[in-house]
Amino acid sequence: MQGRLSILQAAWVICRRDFTAILFSRSFVFFLLGPLFPVIVGVMAGGVGQRVQQSADVPALGVMMDKADAVQMEAAARTLHQRVGLDLPELRVIGTEGSLTKADPEQELAKGRVIAVLSGTPAAPVLTGPQEWIRRWQGPVSLMSAQAAGNGPRAYPEVALAPVIAPDAADRRGRLMTAQGAQTLLFLLTMLLAGMVLSNLVEEKGNKIIEILAAAIPMDAVFFGKLFAMLGVSFVGIAVWGTVGASVWMAAGSAVPHLTTPAVGWPLFVALGVIYFAFAYLLLGSVFLAIGSLASTVREVQTISMPVTMMQLVVFFLASYAMTAQGSPVEIAALLIPFSSPFTMLARAAQDGSLSPHVFAICWQTIWVLLLVRGGASLFRKRVMKSGPARQKKPRRWFGRKAPAMVPAPAN
Amino acid sequence: MNFIPGDWPLAENVPQSERPLAIEARGLVKRFDGFTAVDGVDLTVPEGSVYGILGPNGAGKTTTLRMLLGIIDPDAGFRRILGAEKPHDVANLIGYLPEERGLYPAMKAVDAIAFVGALRGLPLNEGRKRARQLLEEHGLGYAADRQIRQLSKGMAQQVQIIGTLVHHPRLVIFDEPFSGLDAINQGRLERMMRGLAEQGTTVIFSTHVIAHAERLCDDVAIIAGGKVPFAGPVDVARDRIPAQVRLETRSGGGSWRIALPADARHETKGNGSHLWHFPLAETGVEPLLRALIEGDAGVLSLSIERAGLHDAFVAIAGEAAARALEEAAPEETR
Repeated sequence: MQGRLSILQAAWVICRRDFTAILFSRSFVFFLLGPLFPVIVGVMAGGVGQRVQQSADVPALGVMMDKADAVQMEAAARTLHQRVGLDLPELRVIGTEGSLTKADPEQELAKGRVIAVLSGTPAAPVLTGPQEWIRRWQGPVSLMSAQAAGNGPRAYPEVALAPVIAPDAADRRGRLMTAQGAQTLLFLLTMLLAGMVLSNLVEEKGNKIIEILAAAIPMDAVFFGKLFAMLGVSFVGIAVWGTVGASVWMAAGSAVPHLTTPAVGWPLFVALGVIYFAFAYLLLGSVFLAIGSLASTVREVQTISMPVTMMQLVVFFLASYAMTAQGSPVEIAALLIPFSSPFTMLARAAQDGSLSPHVFAICWQTIWVLLLVRGGASLFRKRVMKSGPARQKKPRRWFGRKAPAMVPAPAN
Repeated sequence: MNFIPGDWPLAENVPQSERPLAIEARGLVKRFDGFTAVDGVDLTVPEGSVYGILGPNGAGKTTTLRMLLGIIDPDAGFRRILGAEKPHDVANLIGYLPEERGLYPAMKAVDAIAFVGALRGLPLNEGRKRARQLLEEHGLGYAADRQIRQLSKGMAQQVQIIGTLVHHPRLVIFDEPFSGLDAINQGRLERMMRGLAEQGTTVIFSTHVIAHAERLCDDVAIIAGGKVPFAGPVDVARDRIPAQVRLETRSGGGSWRIALPADARHETKGNGSHLWHFPLAETGVEPLLRALIEGDAGVLSLSIERAGLHDAFVAIAGEAAARALEEAAPEETR
């Protein structure tokens, strides 16, 4: 004779069933396709945004040459742009060769007005700046220098590269974009999953399965099983997206938008992303499951979950704002509020390389996950199998007329 | 249905009154938003018996069963199921078929059964093996790999019943098991329930159909308005009402009439004989017989009819509850 199941074993039975059922369902296909829509919208919006950005926020290349050379470089850039249609960096003359010292380009970079600095002469140009930018601009600069020196297109001067390690304005901007992208992805994923776990529960209540589950195993196990099944599904989804994304990136190479390396480096950033995603999902998922236990129809779920969804949007905006105000009270508040903490910390991982805040944040979020999962499970246990009569409403008086009393409809 | 699941050999040759209790509940109370759905229910169910909980819709049957199973906790009272105060501690020994049947529509029949077994601690592979075997035995082998949504309602119900029993429970609780079944399947289910009890499995079921309780149960709890005015053997319930005497005589009067109660119903038949109906006196039938013979009543026939469970229900739960019961029961089962 088989023995009774422990809570973990029972949760595993539920988790295994939900995981396989969702994985082989149509909703999982939609789940996989889900991120495509924001990507398509993002690409379309990005096209518009790119035009705006091209006119307003083109990465600028500072020119530190003799005045005559600088004028020639500007003219060369204009000519090449008109004749060839080349997408060249905006040139910004910031000094003349006569006033330069060796440290000057780096000082200019530190001011954050330009991304890289071009010095030397058109015959022997020197490009100073972050590795990825100077490598990207090496070709165009060689072209411009040849044009400016009157040699193009017969001979192209060698561009000397002087990479700088210290983060500059471009890195900061790039990391901000990485942070923003990661935060948005985290938000979309969390909302998508929390919505799925909710509809899954409502469907089960509709199917009357829940009573069979409740009779056989503790409701805590049902709660944990459902929560972690969806987490497992999401990891499969992330693995699929990651593989597809990596394949696209490798195939398309420079044709895909370039993301700046996060401050903590990609491997750690991805690991932290997975951890913060798990926390964000567990926090929101337990709230949504608790909501699901209160509702019996999809309409009720929509009504109850709407304020939570709106609140989550507010939390997302707070985390987005905190991203641009590192170290401010707003960022600290966003870090301490459990629902915004994962988003805020992921953005921080992109922008700041120090790891100690993450240790603190992970401990802090663990406490909140435990509290909320326990609280959610408790509410779930109390409410999901609530039986008995429809709540007897007090007869209302509308304009002095007495409404008829509701007749209770007791459970059998 | 031919079900031989667990072998719980305690029922054999042990008088029911001496068997250990499968369920013991005292003073169970459950309130919902100020409405008392169950109000001080006491139940004792001996192991290996078939026990019916009989009452109209809304009487508190389902709420009582849910409390016994640990689906909801009572607000007051005490329950012990197979010796455990927490029903989930013995969940692997219990099978439950809820009134509102539920299965995952996308699951295959064999997986649905194995899943229900897994919830009760049966390893999934073993569950699948047993599920195939049981489906074959019930003529549903061809549907083993069909999704639940592809089965007819009756087939899905059979799958769920198999799921309830796949782990060989020691106690099976059915909530309104006959609702939605046609007459043939009702008969099969009755036979299956008897078969389970013969194997030593305790069977509890709720119903609002007196005929099922009367045919199947050793013991019955009559529930109305959240209270249990009677719980005990069906015979004891019937004995609450005196047996009815049906007497046919040639003579319409005489000294023997004193032996008949004053309110005895009388009718004269077409052939001139007289028919009398009256409750049997506590003293029994002998004084009546003596008076009839000595008074030369010309007895043509005399029979004593024991009260049915319906009459007992009316006497115990009241006319209103009986009316509600009749209104809820489908025509063919009354």
